[in-house]
Amino acid sequence: MNWLSQLLSRRRLYRELSEEMQSHLDEKIEQLVADGMSREEARYAALREFGNVGLLEEKSRDVWAWPRIENLLSDIRYGLRALRKNPLFTIVALLTIAIGVGANTSVFAVLNSVLLRPLSYPKSDELVALHQIAPGAAGLADFENGLLLSPSMYFTYAEHNCTFQSLGIWTAGISNVTGLSEPEQVRTIFVSDGVLRALNVPPAVGRWLSQSDQVPHGPERVMLSYGYWQRRFGGTQTAVGQNIMLDSRPREIIGVMPKGFQIVSQDFDVMVPFAFERNNLSLAGFGNYGIARLKPGITISQANADMARMLPIWMDSWSNGPGQDSHIYETWKITPTIHPLKQEVIGNIGELLWVVMGTIGVVMLIACANVTNLLLVRVEARQQELALRAALGAGWARIVRILLLESVMLAMLGGLVGMALAYAGVRLLVAMGPSNLPRLNEISLDGRTVGFTLIVSVLSGLFFGLIPVLKYAGRGPAAALRSEGRTTIGRERHSARNLLVIGQVAMALILLVSAGLMIRTFRALRTVDPGFSDPQHLQLLRISIPDSMVAEPERVTRMQNEILNKFAAIREVKSAGFITEMPMEGFESGWDQIFAEDRVYPAGTIPPLRLYKHIAPGLLQTVGTKLVAGRDITWNEVYGIRPVVMISENLAREMWGTPSAAIGKYVREDPGMPWHEVIGVVQDVRERGIQEKAPEIVYWAPMVKGGFGGAMRTVTFAIRSRRAGTESFLNEIREAVWSVNSNLPLASVRTMQQVYDKSLARTSFTLVMLGAAAAMALSLGIIGIYGVMSYTVSQRQREIGIRLALGAQHGHVLQMILQQGTKLTLLGVAIGIGAALGLTRLMTHLLFGVSANDPLTFAAVSGLLTLIAVLACYIPARRAIAVDPVVALRYE
Amino acid sequence: MTKAAQRDLFPGALEMMILRTLKRQQLHGYALAQHIKRASDDVLQIEEGSLYPALQRLLKQNLVKAEWATSSTNRRVRIYKLTAAGAKHLEREVSSFERMLEGITRVLAPGEL
Repeated sequence: MNWLSQLLSRRRLYRELSEEMQSHLDEKIEQLVADGMSREEARYAALREFGNVGLLEEKSRDVWAWPRIENLLSDIRYGLRALRKNPLFTIVALLTIAIGVGANTSVFAVLNSVLLRPLSYPKSDELVALHQIAPGAAGLADFENGLLLSPSMYFTYAEHNCTFQSLGIWTAGISNVTGLSEPEQVRTIFVSDGVLRALNVPPAVGRWLSQSDQVPHGPERVMLSYGYWQRRFGGTQTAVGQNIMLDSRPREIIGVMPKGFQIVSQDFDVMVPFAFERNNLSLAGFGNYGIARLKPGITISQANADMARMLPIWMDSWSNGPGQDSHIYETWKITPTIHPLKQEVIGNIGELLWVVMGTIGVVMLIACANVTNLLLVRVEARQQELALRAALGAGWARIVRILLLESVMLAMLGGLVGMALAYAGVRLLVAMGPSNLPRLNEISLDGRTVGFTLIVSVLSGLFFGLIPVLKYAGRGPAAALRSEGRTTIGRERHSARNLLVIGQVAMALILLVSAGLMIRTFRALRTVDPGFSDPQHLQLLRISIPDSMVAEPERVTRMQNEILNKFAAIREVKSAGFITEMPMEGFESGWDQIFAEDRVYPAGTIPPLRLYKHIAPGLLQTVGTKLVAGRDITWNEVYGIRPVVMISENLAREMWGTPSAAIGKYVREDPGMPWHEVIGVVQDVRERGIQEKAPEIVYWAPMVKGGFGGAMRTVTFAIRSRRAGTESFLNEIREAVWSVNSNLPLASVRTMQQVYDKSLARTSFTLVMLGAAAAMALSLGIIGIYGVMSYTVSQRQREIGIRLALGAQHGHVLQMILQQGTKLTLLGVAIGIGAALGLTRLMTHLLFGVSANDPLTFAAVSGLLTLIAVLACYIPARRAIAVDPVVALRYE
Repeated sequence: MTKAAQRDLFPGALEMMILRTLKRQQLHGYALAQHIKRASDDVLQIEEGSLYPALQRLLKQNLVKAEWATSSTNRRVRIYKLTAAGAKHLEREVSSFERMLEGITRVLAPGEL
């Protein structure tokens, strides 16, 4: 009989047993009656000979039972009863654990979803990002992404490699869709053949883009994202085969990617195939992300070596134009540094998440310390009960089991509540988290998270259950029974609690110091001049004018100028301007070298790359970026295509020493471009966020002759107005744009404040998380100190009464108690400072403008913590001396 | 349970007697109790009820099996039968009991001390 059917048939077994035993008795009685006894006598005789029916029945049942499990169940029932009997203790302990577990589970859920789970592509461990660096190309160090791939590199790598199954390049962009409803700007992603094959996610509808779709001048096709397909085509199958007007050109929809599909971590609406004209490609054009799937068994270093092998082939196969040395890139020292795609997706968020996880883990430890304290007090109160149990024959193991079971049960119940809290907590984290948090849509509570919660609960239950057990269960019952009724308690009894207080203070200090450092970081960031002012009243929006709509460059600029004029006419608009991209917007910028007329450049070297921006007159004033020297460009110079240019202050200082020395100097991009006069020097702008160094920038006019000139078709408009961000204002802006051309969509409509906040998101997220953890630690720590002190004081009530009765001064007694608390606190602070000095170094990368060992933070936090701890001792101490000595003595 | 009966029987003795009795014929609980009593000439003070925990142990170990049936007195009873495993077990137990008894008898035999 297997255990399951045995369990199921147990009830029937028991019923049959009773029936059988009853039948035995009946038969016996009848036999005795037949032998001549009265029925009454026969019944007694039968029962006498049978034995104790109840006991025998139980013994028979026991044969079928599992004594081990059933004992456990009875212990659990006992534990639950004990917990119910002491609701205040149970609620406080449960809440403490629930908050600890809840916070830990939420953070773990994020950590697990972002860092630990594999990417949602098939066999995602074979996927790599084709990363490469170029240490020899000065200026490139500013590139977050190293050296991206040029289309010619893609062809070389795709055709000559022997380590990849498939390989492709992609880049994100923006396009206009017209003809569906309102004109709309959509997120496009351009992919070469190989990207979809590498990711290997089948389409939801239709087919993939393939090599035949990237033929130049061939039929133009697109794929849609699931979201865009639902939004614009209602998810109908017939969408495939229809045409969509993308940048004023019809393209056939051939398929839809499934829900949640992203390329690396890039969301998109429309996927467009590249259509490179192979014969017109040059070496340069390093603007595409490379992605590949390794052949099975190939390591990353083998793939790196393979790519390095192909670089000379690439330089031999293409050139940057007649007369140019294609091996000039050898000086760039291009080095492949392929890394797993997962690392590319996660980026540098890992460090932040681990810091937060560690912090929250410390909060859990403090919570455990508090519960341990509560349990110690409770076990002390139950000592007589336990001693009695031991005296009555319960083994040591059984008592340990009862105590441990109770605390593990407490922890599991707390964990259960914590799990519910975590469900809400994860939502909160996702809402609060940096908006650039990768894999945001994948965050969820999965099996691993539940397992984590279970382990944390059980471990913490064992942790805070074991300390009271070790302390009390080992003692003989005699000692415990003897202490009955005594209220002056030996010193050693307190040592465990004192250690807990010291530990709590130390851990709270660590968290408070981390939070303090983040606050200092935040303040330091706020005082940095980002290169713009009053971002709240600066409205931004992006408009793109495709050449299919307006072909001639000058007309593009005139159209943009006209839009500016319309904006200026809106009520309460102070000024407006446009630029290729605003700081911190996160759009890919153009980079190139710049040559000065008064410099000699040795042959075979490439000067550092500078950030190129194109800027309309009046933009600087609108945004609040100061001119350090010289003047702004004028519209006359723009339309006259005058060779004038502005540069950033750091570039001016680097080239000519001072900003004013730069005025009147001449620069150009390459020999194909006339010399441009530097007419203005602009203050440094924190392009890539406050924490990043301001890059050197060259500000060109919106229309430039030569170089990569022409007109800038996609620009960000900035409008200075008190009404920025309001609905009515946005409506008026939309109408102003559509009065110029009704097919122009507006994109990325937001205020500069939003852009700025987003760039600070990582820091503010860290600040909020560490702040919340520190606040929890502080309040738990205070409760811990307060609890221990008031318990100690209540235990010493009699002693204090005697002291007072013998004439001790109130002040003296107060001092004595405070001293005890202060001593513990200071010890904790000292240990905490030591630990924090080591631990805060781990968060160096998250800090700005403050050292990880900032003395001010350490001093302030230590002082604050000591003060609060002493206050927590003061309240019970006051209560102790307020007691009438007579009452205190009679208490015994 | 009378203390005497408990003290007089060593563990497994009752089971052995049940198995031995069932080897000869299948019986229900009451009849089994009466048979053991009669056979031992009432020397062994066995509580009739103590049969049942022993029967449950035998059932669990698959040494006997039980079936509900109607007795000669027209009563619904559970008839116990020896299984093959039970028969083998009985054999082993009896021979080891005999060896034990032999040992004890030798020790108790007069003249050796």
